Amino acid sequence: MSEEVKKIKVTIDNISVEVPAGTTILQAARMIGGDVVPPAMCYYTKLEGSGGKCRTCLVEVSKGSEADPRPMPKLVASCRTGVMDGMEVKNITSPRVTDARNGVVEFLLLNHPLDCPVCDQAGECHLQDLGYEHGKAGTRYEFKRRTFDKHDLGPYIQLHMTRCILCYRCVFTADQLTEKRVHGVLSRGDHAEIATYIEKSLDNNFIGNVIDVCPVGALTDKTFRFKNRVWFTKPVTAHRECKCCSGKVTLWQRGEEVLRVTARKDQWGEVEEWICNECRFEKKKTSDWVIEGPAHVNRHSVISQGHYEKVVKPTETFKAVHDGRDPQLLMDIHSVSEVNDPNVDLSAIAGPATGEVFKLTKKSS
Amino acid sequence: MAKKLLLEKAHVEGIRYFDVYRREGGYQAVEKALKMAPNDVVEEVKKSGLRGRGGAGFATGLKWSFLAKPEGVPRYLVCNADESEPGTFKDRYLMEFIPHLLIEGLVVASYALGSNRTYIYIRGEYAWIVAILEQAIAEAKQNGFLGKNILGTGFDCEIYVQRGAGAYICGEETALIESLEGKRGNPRIKPPFPAIKGLWGCPTVVNNVETLAAVVPIMNLGGEEYAKIGVGRSTGTKLISACGNINKPGVYEIDMTISVEEFIYSDEYCGGIANGKRLKACIPGGSSVPILPANLLLKTAKGETRYMNYESLSDGGFATGSMMGSGGFIVLDEDQCVVRHTLTLARFYRHESCGQCSPCREGTGWMEKILQKIENGDGVKTDIDLLWDIQRKIEGNTICPLGDAAAWPVAAAIRHFRDEFEWHVNNRELCRKQNYGLAHYADEIHVPA
Ligand SMILES: Cc1cc2nc3c(=O)[nH]c(=O)nc-3n(C[C@H](O)[C@H](O)[C@H](O)COP(=O)(O)O)c2cc1C
Ligand code: SF4
Ligand code: SF4
Ligand code: FES
Repeated sequence: MSEEVKKIKVTIDNISVEVPAGTTILQAARMIGGDVVPPAMCYYTKLEGSGGKCRTCLVEVSKGSEADPRPMPKLVASCRTGVMDGMEVKNITSPRVTDARNGVVEFLLLNHPLDCPVCDQAGECHLQDLGYEHGKAGTRYEFKRRTFDKHDLGPYIQLHMTRCILCYRCVFTADQLTEKRVHGVLSRGDHAEIATYIEKSLDNNFIGNVIDVCPVGALTDKTFRFKNRVWFTKPVTAHRECKCCSGKVTLWQRGEEVLRVTARKDQWGEVEEWICNECRFEKKKTSDWVIEGPAHVNRHSVISQGHYEKVVKPTETFKAVHDGRDPQLLMDIHSVSEVNDPNVDLSAIAGPATGEVFKLTKKSS
Repeated sequence: MAKKLLLEKAHVEGIRYFDVYRREGGYQAVEKALKMAPNDVVEEVKKSGLRGRGGAGFATGLKWSFLAKPEGVPRYLVCNADESEPGTFKDRYLMEFIPHLLIEGLVVASYALGSNRTYIYIRGEYAWIVAILEQAIAEAKQNGFLGKNILGTGFDCEIYVQRGAGAYICGEETALIESLEGKRGNPRIKPPFPAIKGLWGCPTVVNNVETLAAVVPIMNLGGEEYAKIGVGRSTGTKLISACGNINKPGVYEIDMTISVEEFIYSDEYCGGIANGKRLKACIPGGSSVPILPANLLLKTAKGETRYMNYESLSDGGFATGSMMGSGGFIVLDEDQCVVRHTLTLARFYRHESCGQCSPCREGTGWMEKILQKIENGDGVKTDIDLLWDIQRKIEGNTICPLGDAAAWPVAAAIRHFRDEFEWHVNNRELCRKQNYGLAHYADEIHVPA
């Protein structure tokens, strides 16, 4: 008898796949790949106990299993639901799922400051991707968005609580990677926040990984703060001899300059191997690293957009297709909208940047 | 007088103390149970048809039989005394007046389940009851009904009382377990269920105070006799905590054969609506269950009399029925505003959400804000549809039932009182000064032939 794990069959959106027993629906969907993969904002393969919270990965189980074919009455979190032999799952083929997921996206964005223009995560933010794919252009929320008191987490990690979606990934990371967790979730409900109870900096040698697991711009790299937009930087795989971690990283370069160091991520945006703080924050020279080559950026469209590889430039000009007419500037946007005033330093604004805030900021500056 | 099984002796002078309780026949259930095999005790509870009194109404005997029993792993019984649902205050009454009944039930249940360490997780605000329970535990120990080698049978059992820190969510059984372990009270993602992996990863049963107390009469009468009380699948007696605009608010023990009308209007129970007003609406089972207008409360949609039991209260599903829930019976008279009332509940759920999952964390706050806006006289008609849509997107999509509990009251209020919501948005000035009133809610409903 071999120690082979039993294979079971599961069908997701009419595509069947054989997976080892104990696989979750989400993992099975990832084995199939493509459109049937539910979005996952809180689940993280490497973090034990993660998942189940954001509810973006909800799917419909239309047949429980071969043995018990009854459908499951509620939508289930695919990241935390194991497959059964003969199970049939509907993701994009279920109107119920689409409806619920649109709801979840709306909830996640409800209190989000939408400050993407000044957010370092923009371009590699999973909430942005999710919003593009499932969100609506308008909002039905007309109330003041939630704000928090600021917490300083020390020299390396910048916390923007307003952007946090409370996925708990950073909490699991600190629990599972470091000796002693000093940050966590305080308070309850819509005022739950990531914080340290007593103002304390996060300085364990592996704590920098919370930046990589954070799906949004709530935890960002202070050493990269406002340095550049990620889509202008070029990801390069590199490694170095490191005493405490694998030393396998991605460097984000502009020209020869290393602007940022992150762990390498797989096609689902999950870290392949955790890296230490020294590699992440202290080694910002190309001479610190052995360069392997350009990193393959897969899923996150916006980053890959920046590198116009294989893009065919149009040969015709605007003038040519418009009967010799030059493009016309219809209006100067700055003259009609407060919100686009180039004289206002966006990063100086604490809360959501509304027209009112711009007016005030302009007057006082 | 209806039969009382739990509170019959609650007002005997000194019943709080062991000697009096014992003299009145207390701890006979322990004596009886410990002579039986643990599984036979479970069988007895199964026969009794007892259903959980904490809200969900799940069959207790069945729940006990699901408890995993791996070799060499401790099992735990946890008594849920967190009672924080608005309108529910029956457990408090029981623990305060007749604490030994709970302790006795706990010893029997611990024996049946094989729990040598049993916990009472009690709502933090019930601080004075902690002392009462600890006194009872100490007395039971002194008299050999608790502690080492109970009644010489070799069965050991300790009961510990743990106070909560003021969170409704810690009444949800897995959040309760987390809290008991000293962690943040976030509900766990199920499966695994507590019966397999509960407290400290060990098989655990969580039961409500009243459920565990009911084990005592079940042992004394025998499961079959107990099952004869009540009706259908609603066996035994149920504690109802009645409050709101009634003449006699309080905790009543009912056998589940009486009608809702009798419960509200008879002098034995609520004694009618206070100040000669008329009944407008009622939440029959604690704040999470759907509110019903008077007409649907007293009669089902089929025009049949509605009774105070699990089946009858849920007759008609959520469209025209409600639920027995935890037995928190909240009565609203004609002067009450349903919008304001719903707002109060929405505020509660927003405040008590643990914030773990996005629909509940964000949705509860949003619903509260919209209800506040309507109540302030600033609402527009689309707000009502928006509210409906929000509650719909929370319900069923969350980790624990608190999301549903927050959605249902809003859904039921709009379902049954839509005209009152519309009146608010159409009469923005007026709704700041006066209430909508009774309208047709108390009228006989038309039953299609
Ligand atoms: C938000 C929430 C709060 C709850 N609060 C209580 C409570 O205070 N007391 C209680 O007995 N059950 C409460 N429950 C139900 C418990 O999760 C559990 O079902 C119950 O303790 C089981 O006991 P039973 O089978 O004896 O009813 C609550 C459930 C939820 C979702
Ligand atoms: S800070 Fe980031 S990783 Fe941490 S809970 Fe918030 S969103 Fe998740
Ligand atoms: S439904 Fe609400 S209370 Fe329950 S786990 Fe989710 S956020 Fe917490
Ligand atoms: S990824 Fe499954 S609930 Fe968040």
